[in-house]
Amino acid sequence: MSSAELNHAQTSAPLPPHPEKATLEGRNKILGIWLLIGAETVLFACLFGTYLALKGSNMNGPTTEELFQIPMVAAATLILLTSSLTSVLGVVGMHQKNVKKVMLWFGITVLLGAAFLGLEIYEFIEYVHEGHTFTGSAFGSAFYTLIGTHGSHVLFGITWITCLMIQVARRGLTLETTPKLFVASLYWHFVDVVWVFIFTVVYLMGKVG
Amino acid sequence: MSRGKPIGRLFLFFAMFALLLTGCEKPLSNVLDPQGKIGKEQLELINLSVYIMIFVCVIVFAIFFYVLLRFRRKPGDNAIPKQVEGSLMLETLWIVIPIILLVILAIPTVMTTFSQAKEAPKTASEDFIRVKATGHQFWWEFEYPDYKIRTSQELHIPVGKKVYVEVTSDDVVHAFWVPGLAGKVDASPGRINRIPIDADKPGIYKGRCAELCGASHALMNFQVVAEKPSEFEKWAKKRQKPKSEPQTVEAKDGKKVFAQNCMSCHAIDGTKLKMKGDKAPNLTGFAKRNKIGGLLDNNEKNLDRWLKNPEKVKPGTYMPGFSHLNKKDLSSLKTYLKSLK
Amino acid sequence: MATLVVLLVFALFIVAILTGGYNKQMISRFRSHWLWEWLTTVDHKKIGILYAIGGGFFFIFGGIEALLMRIQLFFPDNQFIVGRDFNELLSMHGTTMIFFVAMPLLFALMNVAVPLQIGARDVAFPFLNALGFWLFLAGGLLMNLGWLFGGAPDSGWTNYVPIALNQYSPGSGIDYYVLGLQIAGFGTTMGGLNFLATIINMRAPGMGFLRMPLFTWTSFVASALILFGFPPLTAGLFLVMFDRLFGAQFFEVALGGNPVIWQHLFWIFGHPEVYIVVLPAFGVMSDVISNFARKRLFGYTSMVFATLLIGFLGFMVWAHHMFTVGMGPMVNSIFAIATMAIAVPTGIKVFNWMFTMWGGKITYSTAMLYAVGFIPTFVLGGVTGIMLALPPADFQYHDSYFVVAHFHYVLIGGTVFGILSGLYYWWPKMFGYKLNETLGKWNFWVFFIGFHLTFLIQHFIGLFGMPRRYFTYQEEDGITLFNQISTVGAVMMGVGALLFVANIVVSYRNRTSLVAGNDPWDGRTLEWAISSPPPVFNFAQLPQVRSLDCWWHEKMEGNKEMEPAEPLDHIHMPNDTPLPIIMSLGFFISGLGLVFRAFEVGVLGLVVVVVTMFVRSFKPDHGYHIEVEEIKATKKGA
Repeated sequence: MSSAELNHAQTSAPLPPHPEKATLEGRNKILGIWLLIGAETVLFACLFGTYLALKGSNMNGPTTEELFQIPMVAAATLILLTSSLTSVLGVVGMHQKNVKKVMLWFGITVLLGAAFLGLEIYEFIEYVHEGHTFTGSAFGSAFYTLIGTHGSHVLFGITWITCLMIQVARRGLTLETTPKLFVASLYWHFVDVVWVFIFTVVYLMGKVG
Repeated sequence: MSRGKPIGRLFLFFAMFALLLTGCEKPLSNVLDPQGKIGKEQLELINLSVYIMIFVCVIVFAIFFYVLLRFRRKPGDNAIPKQVEGSLMLETLWIVIPIILLVILAIPTVMTTFSQAKEAPKTASEDFIRVKATGHQFWWEFEYPDYKIRTSQELHIPVGKKVYVEVTSDDVVHAFWVPGLAGKVDASPGRINRIPIDADKPGIYKGRCAELCGASHALMNFQVVAEKPSEFEKWAKKRQKPKSEPQTVEAKDGKKVFAQNCMSCHAIDGTKLKMKGDKAPNLTGFAKRNKIGGLLDNNEKNLDRWLKNPEKVKPGTYMPGFSHLNKKDLSSLKTYLKSLK
Repeated sequence: MATLVVLLVFALFIVAILTGGYNKQMISRFRSHWLWEWLTTVDHKKIGILYAIGGGFFFIFGGIEALLMRIQLFFPDNQFIVGRDFNELLSMHGTTMIFFVAMPLLFALMNVAVPLQIGARDVAFPFLNALGFWLFLAGGLLMNLGWLFGGAPDSGWTNYVPIALNQYSPGSGIDYYVLGLQIAGFGTTMGGLNFLATIINMRAPGMGFLRMPLFTWTSFVASALILFGFPPLTAGLFLVMFDRLFGAQFFEVALGGNPVIWQHLFWIFGHPEVYIVVLPAFGVMSDVISNFARKRLFGYTSMVFATLLIGFLGFMVWAHHMFTVGMGPMVNSIFAIATMAIAVPTGIKVFNWMFTMWGGKITYSTAMLYAVGFIPTFVLGGVTGIMLALPPADFQYHDSYFVVAHFHYVLIGGTVFGILSGLYYWWPKMFGYKLNETLGKWNFWVFFIGFHLTFLIQHFIGLFGMPRRYFTYQEEDGITLFNQISTVGAVMMGVGALLFVANIVVSYRNRTSLVAGNDPWDGRTLEWAISSPPPVFNFAQLPQVRSLDCWWHEKMEGNKEMEPAEPLDHIHMPNDTPLPIIMSLGFFISGLGLVFRAFEVGVLGLVVVVVTMFVRSFKPDHGYHIEVEEIKATKKGA
């Protein structure tokens, strides 16, 4: 960050049109999150591969067809996809330098994320009751690891966005907070995209065959 | 660096190697001198690759040493050499030539890979035999499904016939390798891998485990005993009708000791025992084996050593020591074991 | 005992927080200590030195392990170190040398050279850079704790399951492996991400991608390999951890698990890893050779594309480590051909190096000796690599000493020679004085000859039927003399390594007579345009890059320094921070807790991590400014 940019950050001069890309720090952050998303994609690809290799090994436990209930999972999917949309609206609000709008839409995003997590936990409890456990079979281990890893990403995402909302509430939209918000929303989209793949590969394909 | 050094170094290595290769030791098994057709096919491929690689090395080393000596900076020479960017012709040359060499290498590679992967015919026949080899920590079990024989540590095969080995494991990953005959394959739990081996000449070939499998990985040896087909058939007959009944009083006592201490893990065919353990090597025909535990020469002293403290011989083995047995029991047990033919 | 240690560590941590947080005097005493500066630094040059110290430290362990193994193999049926103990040695030797020696030493060179070579004041994420280092150290220390408490890992650096599961490896050895590598792996991934972002975003004006020195290029590609290669390891380690700690069934055949999954995940990481450690070494060689031949790198563009191609193909060939797994002739053939294809870009590199020297004026400094010694060594390792790529032939070589010989030719002949070359080359830039050249030459020749003595013969030990990871062989095998020669060579390598240490000590004592100045080697790239060691901000004014080998270009134009691309202005730098080391401590405690199955401690460690992350996020850290007067003063001083 050159000194001119820094002064800009410290005095509250009006923000430039794309505040998240105005500083070198901001640009580095955005590039960094894209790289992180690349690495995470590989991580999830490995977990998907493991799941596909082991999904037949249910060892007398319930099979995917018996287990999965599409309506509930579809509802969860819808919730998460909507939260992606609301986070976009939050970023739009950020570009309009509208703190209220940012807080509103990111707040809704967090709530939807929490609702999704709640559904997932409920789903897990049901499965365990049906005899589909983490330690019961290789299928169980692979299933809970894949979905659980995604769930922990959701949890991390809502915590992160909540923290950023607190910072925005305290300091407003600055050259420091805007890249953070932008980056968190990118991460959030990634988490959603992973879910779309989980929905297709795990649930729909599990139902079909 | 003076002018003589690199060349001197090279000579040193060649001299050392000549010394070694003609030296006093003769390796027991040699990948470069396999005793079976399959190993020889693999050797052909190895040789082809070695020739190509020697060709490459000679060219590279020639240029390398020439450059090293020719373009040294003389003291006081401060001239700036011409800053060459590259040469399209040269660079194309060293892209194209390696590709050609690789194609020459790739074609026989793929052909051999496929030809050697042919699996055993489904029905039994005179031309080949089938064996199931199972790796255990730290011993090998061999089963001949067409002969209904189960044995361990010693794989008897007829010379000149293809032996299709089905390799698997009972616990961790091992690998089945007889370096003097042919290449290896992994023994993984839950899957069966098939490889063919064969021997041209009668003889004893050392087999090894080639995948780290625990404390005694280095001691998980076995022997491949290649015999003339007639002798192999004789061996198989003997093994189908083994002499396992104790003949002397001492051997009878020995069998009792065996029944009390050993049979929950070890089996002996051809005699009446309450159970036939399968956790440890099948001991039918033990007296005819060359090695104890696949490792020690089969004699009185070693048998004693092994029975008393197997941990000392093979660290990590599941076999407990029997030093607590009294002298009489131990010696009758040994007598019985030595009577198994 | 074990739990006690965990609790003790934790108690110390609490005490540190309490006293440090409330006792101003204590804090200021800490802060004024010279060590504090090193513990909290975010300066890439200092972190580079820290990486070098860390890598050197673990090199002592890895080297001693190697020597102990070679001593055991001196006689047939030797009883010196057998069974599980030997397995611990070989596992720790492999893991240490790859993860805690080769990688950190390369990160050391990357940290020292890359930002200077691209004309940057710092890396893109200085905080992550420091965190990466401390995580590497935490992981390495955690893994080596196994020697003291509960046994070291004993399933090889490849850690194949099921032998690495509780049933076959009880005790905490594998837990140390899994958690130590996981923690170090996080650090490495951050390092890779950081260098990618640095090289993409922070190049000086005019420094286009095709003007970057080759070391920067290879670091760039290696960083990309780290970024995409480490996640499979992370995933695999999680699976093993879940199986061992939480009763998952990924690899338990009886419950539907499949051990081959680990092998795939490991090698999807493991093969790129080979290129991660060898590509930066290629880069060092390229820069050193072109520097000491006083010639521009021959075929620069093709070198760059060869690097990219090697990086890309590196991901396509992992299954050639698994030819004997039984994947069938089709899979084996495909991977065989993909593997052979790598020979082409590698060949391009070798010929380009030789033709860089062709027509040049070669000065044989120690750095150049290592670079030159590298070429034939690496060619030998490369041709055996092609031989290993032929599946039917590999059935004979696989897991034998032939493989051991092959990868030591590549890893020592490539990586270690590269690192040593790089250390001799950049030492003056790091510390301001050169290493002693006479001792350096001794170091090179002893190490070089010892290396070939150790490993050339091992090709034959393998061909004569000795599998790798054997703690002994029998007299009947007829390979005693061969093994003894190899051991003698290993001792010689040990002496060679000691000579390097001696050189560091001797050179430090005589540093006043070895003072280097800005440009001791008549260099070509940007790092030689600034003082040695560089000021904290590297460049008072960012330079305007006008060509490849830009510093050489300016010198040829008769300029004494780079043309600045910006007016002299005050410079903004990030503050030092203790958070990375605290965060790593949290990971360390968590790992230790999980190793001893004390899950409360495991969670508490993670709480420390999360709390530090909150502090980092909420406490604004604007850094500080270096004023123009100060910059001018530094300039004059240099």
